[in-house]
Amino acid sequence: MITPSLALFYLAATLVMAGALGVVLTRNIVYAAFALLASLLGVAGVFLLMYAEFLALVQVLIYGGAVVIVALFSLMLTRIQDFERLTDHRQWPLAAVTAIGVFALLTAGILTTNVRTVERQSVGLDTMGETLFTTWAIPFEVASLVLLVALIGSIVLVRASGGRD
Amino acid sequence: MIELAHVQILAAALFATGLYGVLARRSAVMILMSIELMLNAVNINLIGFAAFVDFGEAQRSLGQVLIVFVITIAAAELALALAIILRLYRNRSSVNVDGIDRMKW
Repeated sequence: MITPSLALFYLAATLVMAGALGVVLTRNIVYAAFALLASLLGVAGVFLLMYAEFLALVQVLIYGGAVVIVALFSLMLTRIQDFERLTDHRQWPLAAVTAIGVFALLTAGILTTNVRTVERQSVGLDTMGETLFTTWAIPFEVASLVLLVALIGSIVLVRASGGRD
Repeated sequence: MIELAHVQILAAALFATGLYGVLARRSAVMILMSIELMLNAVNINLIGFAAFVDFGEAQRSLGQVLIVFVITIAAAELALALAIILRLYRNRSSVNVDGIDRMKW
């Protein structure tokens, strides 16, 4: 039976998969970046359907806002024409077989495993925040440190180093 | 009615697509985008289990917390990897990963 939530889920799943196929199949790398954006917004829709509204917000902000923009910027800092010349690997049929095999294996595993499920539900934002800042406070701080180190590291890496490039 | 299997199969399909991208593409930026797809597949799987499995409240919020960590690490990884790609482009005027074999033994 198709309930409204299932129809919305199929819509989000279609967006996710269409975007993903766009990323891996298109020749133009700018189109690929926009297909990635569509796919990631579809994932935000899936988060919403799982009642994880905070994660949907984070997904749109970080992936939709930051990640795709950074990817586009890096394309513009280099020359896009060079990317367009790059075709796929000669061995792409092998890659397709591997991907389909992994998908078949995962699907077989999913369909044969019995998980005791309940009607979908989620914790509120307050409970999640409490967990994040009590039980997982130290990993959270470490993650922020990792982000800081990575960002400073990337600035140092791309900085023009006085003509000695 | 959405069921857990729907979410899991979507995650599996997204993961397989990302895997194909990683294996078949030759541009480093394209490979990076495919890795992002695979990370998002993992996130979909995590939120599916957090929403559907008969867990207590602590485990449910743990599923969401884990996704926050994955998104954080993915952002850090993307920033670093794009910096490395830019650097590589300046040195070699190419982002073809087949050509980058200087450290190959």
